[in-house]
Amino acid sequence: MSWLTQTFSSSIGRKFLTAITGLFLIFFLVGHVTGNLLLFKPDEGRAFNEYTQFMTGNLGIMIVRYLLYAAILAHVIITVLLGIHNRKARPVGYTKQVPSPHVSWSSRNMGILGTLVLVFIVIHMANFWYSLKWGVVPTVNYAEAGEIKNLYHVVQSSFSELWYTALYVVMMVFLAFHLMHGFQSAFQTLGLRHKKYWPIIRSVGFWFSIIVPFIFALMPLYIYFFRNINH
Amino acid sequence: MNLTLKVWRQKGPADKGGFVTYEMKDINHHMSFLEMMDVLNERLEREGQEPVHFDHDCREGICGSCAMHINGRPHGPSKGTATCQLHMRLFNDGDVITVEPWRAKAFPVVKDLVVDRSAFDRIIQAGGYVSVNTGGVPDANEIPVPKKIADEAFNAATCISCGACVAACKNASAMLFVSAKVSQLALLPQGKVERKNRVERMVAQMDAEGFGNCTNTQACSVECPKEISQDFIAMMNREYIGAKFTSDNV
Repeated sequence: MSWLTQTFSSSIGRKFLTAITGLFLIFFLVGHVTGNLLLFKPDEGRAFNEYTQFMTGNLGIMIVRYLLYAAILAHVIITVLLGIHNRKARPVGYTKQVPSPHVSWSSRNMGILGTLVLVFIVIHMANFWYSLKWGVVPTVNYAEAGEIKNLYHVVQSSFSELWYTALYVVMMVFLAFHLMHGFQSAFQTLGLRHKKYWPIIRSVGFWFSIIVPFIFALMPLYIYFFRNINH
Repeated sequence: MNLTLKVWRQKGPADKGGFVTYEMKDINHHMSFLEMMDVLNERLEREGQEPVHFDHDCREGICGSCAMHINGRPHGPSKGTATCQLHMRLFNDGDVITVEPWRAKAFPVVKDLVVDRSAFDRIIQAGGYVSVNTGGVPDANEIPVPKKIADEAFNAATCISCGACVAACKNASAMLFVSAKVSQLALLPQGKVERKNRVERMVAQMDAEGFGNCTNTQACSVECPKEISQDFIAMMNREYIGAKFTSDNV
């Protein structure tokens, strides 16, 4: 085994990859939530559609997008491998086990939370990404931009359904809990723990985990209550 | 005080094992948990039964021998103590106390509450030492070590290798133990010389022993009788990744 494969098949190496891909996904969330703020613009989705058009046509964005898919896949595969190994490390469990004090619930349930987030990503991509790429999406004609795909309409019709809106809101709660542990855990794994910066990392992580999923959850709620095509 | 003990009994490594319930009468609340177990064993011997096997040695919290999972937590409910320093006054009259051995693939049960912790010894053998010739005793202040660094190294060195970190971790990971042993040497001048080889070899041995991976729940530090900090795990992660990319080992 070369030193490189040896490094990344070791316990710390795998955790290192989990942390790096996790942080990349955290950065992605910042971009995703910022861009999607255009959904709140009361212009019948014009700004959002133009933004979508820009995001699908740009080569640089395309490279970042494939990096993103790779990061999600790598994060999932490595954590599944780690999880299987962790289960094998304790073949006989305790009859009685009490969670230690100060240990967060999310830190003990990252596997379940991560699986739920993955299920959400699959649903989310099947609905928006798949229909944008291969499905039939109505088009809309803007004076300068010309005829472009009307993804806003897809978003609007999806979130006019109560169950779909509710699903998204609930899934954002799971994302929040996953980030609550994942954010600070990534820094710990990379060894970036210092007396001065650790409290900052912890509080930034805490507020990030609340604010970002909260803004995401506001999007389906806003459409359901104020831009509902069935109302 | 009167108690009900549910103790894990297992004849040997191949035996399936199971809980046996013992009623304990008139237990003095000044006793340590191990002394209470002695009372039980004396009774079992008088009755001609096999006593409960458990590891113990110094009984003052420095040897790391005693290892019991008491009421769902390693070394019981008390903070920063080993089982030997856990006192019966922390329990109430009529309590039911469950006592189990450490559970981990790398710590197989030998008998009853005794587990084989030689995996830790093999990790130390892989690199937890200084092998360079450090010469004679240097003059005082010849090698300046700041007080802060000395304290940090000492904090790491207080690890008694009891295995509570492994027992507490939901993944049975030995990261806290290994990180303490890596850090105590990496922080000091004599240990720094071999730091890269040391961390690479000790982590490789840790993985080979079948311990799980750390998921940063921090339960290990909470249950550690010496309250070893998570800082050392971060330090080991830095040491390891740094060593892997800069050492001469191809």
